[in-house]
Order: sequence, then C-alpha cells, then structure tokens
Amino acid sequence: MIYGLLFFEFFKIGLFALGGGLVTVPFLFDLSTRYPWFSAQELVNMIAVAESSPGPIGVNMATYAGFKAAGVSGALTATFGLVFPSVVIIALIAAFWDKIRQTKVFQNLMYGVRPAVLALILNAGAELGLLALTNITGIVLCIIFWGAIHFFKLHPILYIIAGGILGIALGL
Amino acid sequence: MLVLWNLFATFFKIGMFTFGGGYAMIPLLQAELVERKKWTTDEEIMDYYSIGQCTPGIIAVNVATFIGYKLKKITGAVVATVGIVTPSIIIIIALANIITLYMANPYVAHAFAGIRIVVIALIADVVLGMRKKAVGNVFQGAVFVFALALLVAAGVSPAVVVVAAAVAGFVAGGRR
Repeated sequence: MIYGLLFFEFFKIGLFALGGGLVTVPFLFDLSTRYPWFSAQELVNMIAVAESSPGPIGVNMATYAGFKAAGVSGALTATFGLVFPSVVIIALIAAFWDKIRQTKVFQNLMYGVRPAVLALILNAGAELGLLALTNITGIVLCIIFWGAIHFFKLHPILYIIAGGILGIALGL
Repeated sequence: MLVLWNLFATFFKIGMFTFGGGYAMIPLLQAELVERKKWTTDEEIMDYYSIGQCTPGIIAVNVATFIGYKLKKITGAVVATVGIVTPSIIIIIALANIITLYMANPYVAHAFAGIRIVVIALIADVVLGMRKKAVGNVFQGAVFVFALALLVAAGVSPAVVVVAAAVAGFVAGGRR
C-alpha cells in the first residue's frame, strides 16, 4: 500500500529532520536508493525546484516526492506525514507555553539562546548571500534594497515582487 | 470562525511569499504577525525559532503551528499549518509536470535571481532590527560571537548551538 508507506517514510523525516532548509535532503537521498519513487538525479532537480518556488523547502520537497511516487494523493499523503510529528510536538509544547515562559529557568535559558538565534539568522543569511550575490550588480542592488527596506518600512511582499520584476528587467 | 479564516489566510500568504526556507520567512512573520495583526512579539518569534530549531520538523511549519495554537488551540494549530503548506502543495503539483520547461525558462531564472537578492536584504534588516533585543550586554555579546564562530568555523549544527547557548544562559542567568 503505497500511501501507508509514503506516510510512514515522510513521518520519519518529519520526526528526525532537525532544523531548517535542506536538512531533509540526506533523508530524501536515502529514499531514492530504497524506493522507485524518484532517482538521485530527480532529487537534484527537485532541490532546484523547491528552491525556486515559494514555500518552505522541506514541504516543497515532500509534495514533489509524493507527487512523483503516487500523483496528487501521494503529494498530500507525503506532506501530511511530514508535518504530522511537528504539529503534535509543537502543540504539546504550546499547550504549556504560558506556564513555561513565566518560569525563571526558562527565562535564564532564553537569556542565552536569543543571541545565539541571532547568530543563526545571520549565518543563514550569509550562506544564502554567498549563493545570491554573485557579482557587483547583485551586491549593489542588495544594499539599495536594504536601504529601501530600512527607511520606507513597506511590506516585505512588495520588495519581493519588485525584486522579481527587476530580475527580469535587468536580466540578472 | 473569523479568527480561523484570518489565520489560514495569513499563513497562506506567508507560505506563498516565503522563498528559500524558514529563515527567509522571518521578515514576513514580523510584518504580518507582529506589526499588522499584533498576534505576537519579536521576542516571541525568536523563542519560537529556538524551539523550532531543537524540535523535529520543518521550522516554518513549527512556527505556524505554535502561533496557531497560541490563538485558537488545536484547531488554530491545524488551520495555520494547513495555511502555510497549501501554496506549496498547489504550486508544486501545478509545476510537477512542466518542471523542465519551468526550470529552463529564462524569465523564471531572472526573477528568482532578483528575489534572492531581496531576501538577503530582508534578512539583513531583521538581524539589525533584532540586535538590540537579543544582545543587551557583554555576556549576550559573547554568546553571539561564540555561536557565530561555532556555526561558521566549526560547522556545528544549529540545534547543538541552541542547546549550548541555553546551558550558558542557565548558568549565567542564575548569577544575575
């Protein structure tokens, strides 16, 4: 029963993939060696697709892999399997959140964690930056956009749309 | 009911305009959830990320579930999660059969080159904006520098960095 198998495999990925972005890749590679759903070569295409379309990459990868394996219902099954563990775990944490966050212990933990999260965000931005800012034009545009974001404070979606249009207009 | 629809629509919009993974979503979360809807604060978003980082699953989904639960318990958690994954499901299924055409289309490539540049600028602005809330004294400055060094130079996994920082905070916070 392919749906049961898809659910189970993506449930495992959802349970064991810690962190963001491309952490699901090694798990998907493992799937490509064990099932006829998609090949390693298709996985490479899949990563490119997941990175060049909106939405969280992990979710995009699950949807695409599930679709490859068993069409639209496969896509829904794989995505459901992937998010199921986190929804259960996070809902449990969230249920006690208000009590947890009042405690002195939690406040002490977060006192240390907040600067580390800032470092994580900066590091993720820098890694994306190495991929995105490949020439002087890119760097200059990035600085101009940052200035516009910082001083005009418009909604991020407007800048994203402007970036897409400018990319096409300038042939970036 | 209105709140649930609002939750779904908000996370649908965030899913639709998130390019490049969980961290690229922060500017959208701030604009939608902190500034417009006032459902949460910058500090709480950072807390959700640290929890999302050390619990299984996709960070973007974890943050959606968390905020959904906060507003409308289990129903809210499910609705927000469905909201954030729906654009991906629709778009990927629509693209799946024409993927080679889509990937080879020069306009798509150019648009994404432009979008990636904007995403970097948005993340840079988040880092600068959160700086004062996250790094308030010498201890927190040291944690920041040390965490960055672990990530960049030693290639330590983010979950390990978060746990180490929590231990440091626990020890130092107890002496405050």
